[in-house]
This record gives sequence, structure tokens and C-alpha cells, in this order.
Amino acid sequence: MIVQQAAPLPPDLPPAPLSPPPPAPLSAQPPGATAARRPTRRPGWVTTLGLRATAWAADAQRTLGFVGDVLLALGRLLRGRSTMQRRDLAWQLEQTGPRSLPIVTLTCFLVGLILAYMGAAQLQRFGAQIYIADLVTVGVVREIAALMTGVILSGRIGAAFAAQLGSMQANEEIDALRAMGIVPMDYLVLPRLLAMLLVAPLLTAYAAMVGMLAGLLVAVGIFNVQPIEYVHQSLDALTLTHLGIGLLKGTVYAALVALAGCRQGLFAGRSAQAVGEATTAAVVQALVWIVVAASALTILFHRLDL
Amino acid sequence: MTEALPSADSVVQVEHLTLAFGAKVIQHDLDFQIRRGEVFVIMGGSGCGKSTLLRHLIGLQRPAAGLVRYGDHDLNACDDAALATIRRGFGVAFQAGALWSSMSVGENVMLPLQLFTPQPAAEREQVARAKLAQVGLEASFDTLPADLSGGMRKRAAIARAMALDPPLLYLDEPSAGLDPLSSAQIDALILGLCRQHGSTVVMVTHELESIFAVADRALFLDAERKTMTALDSPAALLAHGPAGVQAFLRRTPRPGAPP
Repeated sequence: MIVQQAAPLPPDLPPAPLSPPPPAPLSAQPPGATAARRPTRRPGWVTTLGLRATAWAADAQRTLGFVGDVLLALGRLLRGRSTMQRRDLAWQLEQTGPRSLPIVTLTCFLVGLILAYMGAAQLQRFGAQIYIADLVTVGVVREIAALMTGVILSGRIGAAFAAQLGSMQANEEIDALRAMGIVPMDYLVLPRLLAMLLVAPLLTAYAAMVGMLAGLLVAVGIFNVQPIEYVHQSLDALTLTHLGIGLLKGTVYAALVALAGCRQGLFAGRSAQAVGEATTAAVVQALVWIVVAASALTILFHRLDL
Repeated sequence: MTEALPSADSVVQVEHLTLAFGAKVIQHDLDFQIRRGEVFVIMGGSGCGKSTLLRHLIGLQRPAAGLVRYGDHDLNACDDAALATIRRGFGVAFQAGALWSSMSVGENVMLPLQLFTPQPAAEREQVARAKLAQVGLEASFDTLPADLSGGMRKRAAIARAMALDPPLLYLDEPSAGLDPLSSAQIDALILGLCRQHGSTVVMVTHELESIFAVADRALFLDAERKTMTALDSPAALLAHGPAGVQAFLRRTPRPGAPP
């Protein structure tokens, strides 16, 4: 340990004055209170619209810049020049994957149940209950599992990403990383994004199986379909294309959730309220992006006859 | 005021720097150099822009005008890779510590070693423990930052800033809020780093005792004139400095100055 005597204060330094100014009475008016108040003019609707459009454009530009930085970080990772830690990736994998299973199970089971009931109520009128299997299998594997996984991840993981990174931003922890030459995009964003990309197809497949199981239980238990008949019909309806599209959609939604969460967290303000706003914005933005992506992908695959 | 003589031994050159938040100018026309091996203090009243200047010096904020140079490199013209390389040459201790809250104090100190040195884990731990011992926190290796007092967090941040033995250290209010003994220990540590290891220390503070104890030169930022008004040794500033600087160093409020 380095021990060196610090120099004392110079002897001619006078003591501090100990007489504080007299306190103002509580009834005293604040300075300037007597001055006539100028009426504040509210901006017109054109100004308001312009300001909002400008703010939206700046926000969109920042988001595009963020996505560009993420792509550069992925490039550094592929070239082996990233400071991403494998330990962080493993930790994020555990947080995003296994810990999401209970809520994915519950939600997808109930949604599968609803889907089977809704379909069965119509199909029963024609004595075609067996087609519950087709409806549930195709619906869940191709659309519902991915959508529900995306929605669950946006609430559970996207919000957590925004809150974690937002509070790091508020406490100058991200500045501390930058000041040491550690690129936050590599160290903080990549493990989160990669964990989501790796976990999403697995969670989507699991969600689809749970949904199909719910359909089976409804068909067999309520609408008197034979189990073997249901399984056979399901396997007939299930194609590799449906499975591929479902897994692809789940992965895209998860990537959007990760991007929205990290983007909002990294650009959060430096207050508790700002962190809360970033968390809310992350969830809302992820949901909007998911719905837009779902629509675009559905139209695209329909046009491609897939 | 500007520092006229460019020195070959300067580590950082600041040229006509203007600090601003949007249209609000905090300081303007700052012009000075930081010399190798000196303790350079940035002082001034609360809210005059000391910490903002520090953030400009380490490239966390872009200046409204002017340059910050490290050798031939203009900090704000560097790409991310060059900026990261320059930053690995200095350590920074932030005002509130800015310790990574999900890691223990020891892990905080070990992270730069893990990322930027080939040291094995056992050696990293040894170095981290030694750095923590230098700031009197050897017992807090496994403690989470949330369980430390404000002063202990500051000291842990200094240990982290020293982890890679950088030739240049930036310390933002390192002894503010510390007890007198810890404060003296930090002052002694800073002096030791400069005198024995040749490190350069840039310190933001308004702790008079620390300024007189460690500073080779002190820069005074005037909140009213929004520029630097003095740059010299604290003793010289106390004897011959401008009235505002002398009042600051003597703790005598000027007539009419806001409380």
C-alpha cells in the first residue's frame, strides 16, 4: 500500500465565516413574484404537429442507428473481436428460456383450449369434430405459438431488458463501461439478443406442443374424438412448411422484442421515471413491431403460396 | 484566459472547448493542457460545469465547439474502435461510483482485467484484492455495491479505475463525502500514484483540503463568466489569483454573490 503524507493546508487560510444570512420568513414572496405575469401562449396545432413529427423522425433515426450498431456488433462477434462474455450469454439463456416455461405453458395451453372450443362449436354442427385437429395444429404451429411466445417474451423479457439497461444508464454504469473502452453494444446488447434468438425457436416449438395438447384434450374429453384418430389427423395436417414458418416467426418476434427492450433501455433518461417510461415503451414498441411483422409475414407467405 | 505555451509533455490538449446542453452554454473557450505526471485539479462552484468538462475529456459528451486531443488524436473525430483504444489508456472514477450493480466489488475491479489482459483468474483476483487494499476495502471483495456506503462506493470506483494501472486517471469528486481519514488516505494514494508511478491524475473537486494537499495545478471554472478564469498552482492562486478564485480558496463569499 502506498503511504505518503499529504501536505497540510496553508497556514494563512482563514477560517470560514460562521454567520449565515438570516433566514427569510416563510410568508416571504419568492423573488419575481410581484412582477406581472406574461400570459403564456399555447402553440398552435400546426406547431404541435410539426414538433411531434420532428420528435418521431428523431426517434426513428435513433432506432435505425441502434439497429446499425447491433449489426456492426454482430460483425465484430463473427470476426472474434467482440467483448461479449460467454458467461453473460449463458446467464441470459437461463433467464429467457427455462424461466419462461411456466408462463408459456399456461398461456399456450389456455389459448389452445379456446381455439379448440371455438372450432369445435362450429365443426360440431356439421359432424366434423375430427377437423379440430387440423384447425388447432395448423393454427397453433403456424401462427398462435409464435405470436403468444412473442407477446409473453415482450412482457417478461423485453421489459426486463429495458429496466436493467435503463437503470444502468441512470446510474452511469453504461458510461463507466464506455469510459473503460468496453462497447455496451457488445457487452450488454449482444448476449441478450443472441439468447433470445437461440431460445425463441425452442420456446415456440414447446408452445406449439402445449397448444396441440390442449386441443387434443378438448377434442377427446368433450367432443368424443378418438385419441389415435386425433393424433393421426394432426400429423396429416402438420407439414414442414407450417413448422418452419412458425419457428421463423417466433424467432423474428423474439429478435424484435430484444431490440425494442435494449434500445429503450440504452436510450433511457437518468431518472426513476425515465426508467419506468423506457420499460413501458419497450413493451408497447415490441407489441407494435410484432403485430406489424406478423401481418407482413402472413401476407408475404400467402403471396409465396407457402 | 488561455494557456499560451503548448508543451511537448502534455497528455491532453483542450483547445477552445465549449460545453453546452442544447442552446445553453455551460462553459466556453476553455484552453489548457494536462501535463504528464501532474495532479491537475478542476475546481469551481457547484453547477459550474466541472463534471461536464470531465465527461467531455473522456469523450462521453461531444463539445459544442473546440477540441480535446490525446496526442495527435482528436477525441471527437475518432471512430468507435479508436475511441475504445484511447479510453483503455485511462481509468475513470465517477462521482457516484457507477459500480456495476449486478457484480460484487471484486468482480467490478476484475472485469477490465478479464477483458483486456491475458491474466488467469487467480492472478486477476490477486490484483483486484491489492487494488482494493490500496483504498482500504480489502474486506469488501465479495460485497455487492448496494451494500456499501457512499464513501466506500467511491473508493471501490477508484480501485476499479486503477485496475489496469492506467497512465492517466480521471477522478470525479473522489474525496467528497468521505471521513477525514479516508479522504487523507485517498489524497496520499493520488500523490503516491503520481510521484512513484508517474501517473497523471485529473481530479474534479471542491474539497479545499484535497486541492492544497495534492494539486500541482488547478483550473478554476467561473460559473458567472462561464469560462476558465485561472490556472496555476493552488498556492499561487491563493496568493495572486483573481478575486473570485481567492474568495473560493479562502471560503469568503463575495458581496452580492448568491448564497
